[in-house]
Amino acid sequence: MKSMVVVLNLVAASLFIIGLKMQQRVPTARKGNLLSAVGMLLAVVVTLVGLEKLHWSFILAGLVTGSVIGLVFAYRVKMTAMPQMIAIFNGLGGGASAVVALSLVYHDVLDKGLTAIGPAMGMDAAVTVALSILIGGVTLTGSLVAFAKLQELVSGNPTLLPGRHLILVLVGLGSLAVGGYMAGFANGPEEIQAALWVLTGLSLVLGVLLVIPIGGADMPVVISLLNSYSGLAAAMTGFVIHNEMLIITGSLVGAAGIILTQIMCKAMNRSLANVMFGGFGATTTSSGGGSDYQNVKSAGLDEAAMILEGAQSVIFVPGYGLAVAQAQHALRDLAEALQRRGVQVRYAIHPVAGRMPGHMNVLLAEANVPYEQLVEMDQINPEFRNTDVVVVLGANDVVNPAANRDPKSPIYGMPILNVHEARTVLVVKRSLGSGFAGIKNELFEAPNALMVFSDAKAALTGILEELKNA
Amino acid sequence: MEAFLAGLTVFVLAVFLGFEVISKVPPTLHTPLMSGANAISGVTLVGALYTAASAEADLAGLLGLLAVVLATVNVVGGYAVTDRMMKMFRKGK
Repeated sequence: MKSMVVVLNLVAASLFIIGLKMQQRVPTARKGNLLSAVGMLLAVVVTLVGLEKLHWSFILAGLVTGSVIGLVFAYRVKMTAMPQMIAIFNGLGGGASAVVALSLVYHDVLDKGLTAIGPAMGMDAAVTVALSILIGGVTLTGSLVAFAKLQELVSGNPTLLPGRHLILVLVGLGSLAVGGYMAGFANGPEEIQAALWVLTGLSLVLGVLLVIPIGGADMPVVISLLNSYSGLAAAMTGFVIHNEMLIITGSLVGAAGIILTQIMCKAMNRSLANVMFGGFGATTTSSGGGSDYQNVKSAGLDEAAMILEGAQSVIFVPGYGLAVAQAQHALRDLAEALQRRGVQVRYAIHPVAGRMPGHMNVLLAEANVPYEQLVEMDQINPEFRNTDVVVVLGANDVVNPAANRDPKSPIYGMPILNVHEARTVLVVKRSLGSGFAGIKNELFEAPNALMVFSDAKAALTGILEELKNA
Repeated sequence: MEAFLAGLTVFVLAVFLGFEVISKVPPTLHTPLMSGANAISGVTLVGALYTAASAEADLAGLLGLLAVVLATVNVVGGYAVTDRMMKMFRKGK
């Protein structure tokens, strides 16, 4: 029986790995996710079958409640709100690991009248139970703060407490010390319980402290990192209950989160340390007001339509502003109208377009844009110089040539889309206001750039009308 | 201690495996991937089931129940929303 459980758990772990592997390609991605879900179901069933004394009431109540809440959220959420949705799910997963660890201490130690965690659970389990609470707690509150910032329940600006680095170090070391004390030295139920709950409290505080100094624009990096933590927390739980499948799966997710974090940092030309501790974006309003611009040329919708009509190749550069204006469908309509006229249409996607990597792809997929028309930065950059018209929609910092040529610019070195190399650049934007980085965009002054001062959706539908009437 | 070392071995190897599998995913799929990986991290549900199984209305049991709810939201919601996203990706005519 025991070996059967181990074998089936191994099958579940393999399904997770194969599932993730299938998610490397669009055609198999959906099946991969399904396979991974089958693996999860198997893991749950195997666990239930393997349990010695099984009372269904709590388990059924928990599974049903959780499923209903999860499904309602999953089907109600707007695609633009996906980053905060992932944050909240992730926070709950991390929280679950912490709560499992708390429960285990009661279940395996205190309720059995034992007086020390180490001897009762084994020293390895004692240490990992403390780590599970610490990492899980940090993930829970950190994700909740990230959610609040992205949902704009609180200001997205970095909150910089005086002496924040010192506070962070003290709380971090404090929680490690309490965790170590709990695992190795706490003697008797009072000491264990005190350490347990102080550790829980400190880890929750630590999660908040880690995320409040980080600006809203950097939240995706944080979510990805916290995703990694929730995997680690699950792996720690695996150590506690001696379940290899949990360890494998938890560390897989941990590694996945780290990789995605690195990719995002690279796309923003920042180090992880800079994102976590830099307080980036705290001083935004110093420059970049509309008054700083000279020689800006603008065009009306009729003129924009004429320019597009004469083009043979067009590249659209969508940004988050496009999604906020809910203009993805209008964009697809215009693109299809141009294609019917024989114009080659592509979309250039910056790695951090939207609010997290790959977010813009999801938003355009929602509007039925075929994914082959979306081209990644490295592939599309050499193409701009042979392109007639580029239309920039709600993207700003990622098309600022200062990142290539002005070493004094705060975004210098950040990889950008070289739209300025195209023959004509139409920038659809409501005003000359600045982007996330709060800096002036040299593109707006370029001789080949024309500003179309309008909301993205109004501009796209207006241009389409002009095209039809022409 | 032996069990711990075996677990540690598995842990380290799985981290390397994770790096290998994930670093090949194209940027197009990063959002659904993060969401899908996130659903998998709800596997801690297995631990939650273990502590909720006694169904005793003491602190251990109630915490177990709470953990089952939290982890299930993560798992079910995570898979469902990932599927919703992946379903939208389609080829041109």
